[in-house]
Amino acid sequence: MDYFVELLFSGLTRGAIYALIALGYTMVYGIIGLINFAHGEIYMIGAFTSFVVATVLSIYGFPLLAIVVLAGVCAAIWSSAYGYTIEKLAYKPLRHAPRLSPLISAIGMSIFLQNYVLLAQTSDFLPFPELIPDFAFMEPYAHIVGSSDLVILVTTAVLMVALTILIKFTRIGKAMRATAQDRTMAMLVGINVDRIISVTFIIGSGLAAVGGLLVASHIGQINFYIGFLAGIKAFTAAVLGGIGSIPGAVIGSLILGLTESFATGYISSDYEDVFAFSLLVLILIFKPSGILGKAETKKV
Amino acid sequence: MAPGPLQIGKKMLELKNIQTSYGNIQALKNVSLHINIGEIITLIGGNGAGKSSTLMTVSGIIPSQAGKVLFKGQEIQNLKADQIVAMGICQVPEGRHIFPDLSVRENLDMGAFLRRDRAGIKTDLEYVYSLFPILAQRRSQSGGTLSGGEQQMLALSRALMARPELLLLDEPSMGLAPLIIRQIFEIIKKINQEQNATIFLVEQNAHQALHIADRGYVIENGMITLTDTAQNLLNNDEVQKAYLGI
Ligand SMILES: Nc1ncnc2c1ncn2[C@@H]1O[C@H](COP(=O)(O)OP(=O)(O)OP(=O)(O)O)[C@@H](O)[C@H]1O
Ligand SMILES: [Mg+2]
Repeated sequence: MDYFVELLFSGLTRGAIYALIALGYTMVYGIIGLINFAHGEIYMIGAFTSFVVATVLSIYGFPLLAIVVLAGVCAAIWSSAYGYTIEKLAYKPLRHAPRLSPLISAIGMSIFLQNYVLLAQTSDFLPFPELIPDFAFMEPYAHIVGSSDLVILVTTAVLMVALTILIKFTRIGKAMRATAQDRTMAMLVGINVDRIISVTFIIGSGLAAVGGLLVASHIGQINFYIGFLAGIKAFTAAVLGGIGSIPGAVIGSLILGLTESFATGYISSDYEDVFAFSLLVLILIFKPSGILGKAETKKV
Repeated sequence: MAPGPLQIGKKMLELKNIQTSYGNIQALKNVSLHINIGEIITLIGGNGAGKSSTLMTVSGIIPSQAGKVLFKGQEIQNLKADQIVAMGICQVPEGRHIFPDLSVRENLDMGAFLRRDRAGIKTDLEYVYSLFPILAQRRSQSGGTLSGGEQQMLALSRALMARPELLLLDEPSMGLAPLIIRQIFEIIKKINQEQNATIFLVEQNAHQALHIADRGYVIENGMITLTDTAQNLLNNDEVQKAYLGI
């Protein structure tokens, strides 16, 4: 029973991380109909940024909590700056081009960013400082759920609630929904659609950066390539939930995380990544629109 | 603000030699027209004549290659769509374009997107609910589930929520039952009088449109071919043959 609960929590934790990344894919897709293949790299840059900030701050002897918060904030801001710039440089000029062009541009951006970090940093794995200590109050449950799992779950939950409130109730959130549903009409009611697209990239990038920080300190090491696999899996989760749907991305992520956790726990951990991609193939065959997605409509 | 004696006859909107293309298809070859403050004018023409392209050019959705658009004397052809809305020009596009997954109320809120005067927004919300009580009943239903007629009412109301000085209407009667069409046209007239909105009405339903309009233009093949008072156009032989089915 303990083993089951342990797998359950580790699955939820994985799912939470996927969700933080998947939201960026699904929100961008919802607004401009583009799979932003560079999004995994945004997550990776978030991890690197928090690495640099955390390392510097710990040299200066900042308290752990301050380090975590500042690293998270800096990572979110820096990754958002990247997300914003990528959209302006690589996607906006292609907004009226055939659909394939921005997609190729996105893949190019992804490869560029990987190599940029590879050259600017190193190809080796860097040890990431342990930012989340073992809480004393978690000790009795430590064999089931770790402190960093708890932090990941709580942080993700808080961010999801905040995002939901933003999207559902604020002026900018309504404008984001309107733009996703009908861009021309959004312009006709006076929404500055360019700004909404930028905001979407900024929010998605910020969430991914927080994901980068959390995973890095959970796993304890990073390199320039971590965005690739994380990105593809989060993308899988977004497709599973129905790309374009925000609750879909969260549900898809949790299902993917739980599937991986239980499959590796009860079947074999040798095939960890096989499960995710088998799931992707199955969805694409049987329900290409995903769990909460709408049947494919013309997306311009 | 009611058009005072000094404003009557002044131009609200003027298009001067507008040319607009989609790629290498030239939709508007040379369009010049004007609307005086307080007027209802109608632009009539067949399928593909360039009516929607004219409105989309005014709204800044598609750029014009040449020519000028003047709003109260000010050039606006290089402004962005949201800046044009901010100046007081609102469009109800062809096919209504209701935000399908926003509620009726949220659709109306989007109409007032650029406004900050809460009290005024509330008054206008009550006004559109009084024009179309059905919308008040359906306020929390999602826009996509409304009937065609209800969607047209919502589209019109959403535009009114911006308190436009100039309202561009693209075929508001399209696909509606005769009874609803009559109701919509009555309300357009009412909006013109009660809200002091100047109205630029694009229609294929020339008969109804000319009945409420002050003046009209005929567009064919991206060019204005005829203009006159609505009354004269109703009696014009060519117009009768081509657009009134007489
Ligand atoms: N997005 C577009 N891409 C290419 N050509 C277009 C586009 N929209 C319109 N056109 C062309 O421009 C011309 C004018 O079209 P427009 O939509 O302005 O006509 P309309 O008078 O509104 O017709 P309708 O009464 O059928 O709505 C047509 O020849 C049309 O094929
Ligand atoms: Mg048209």
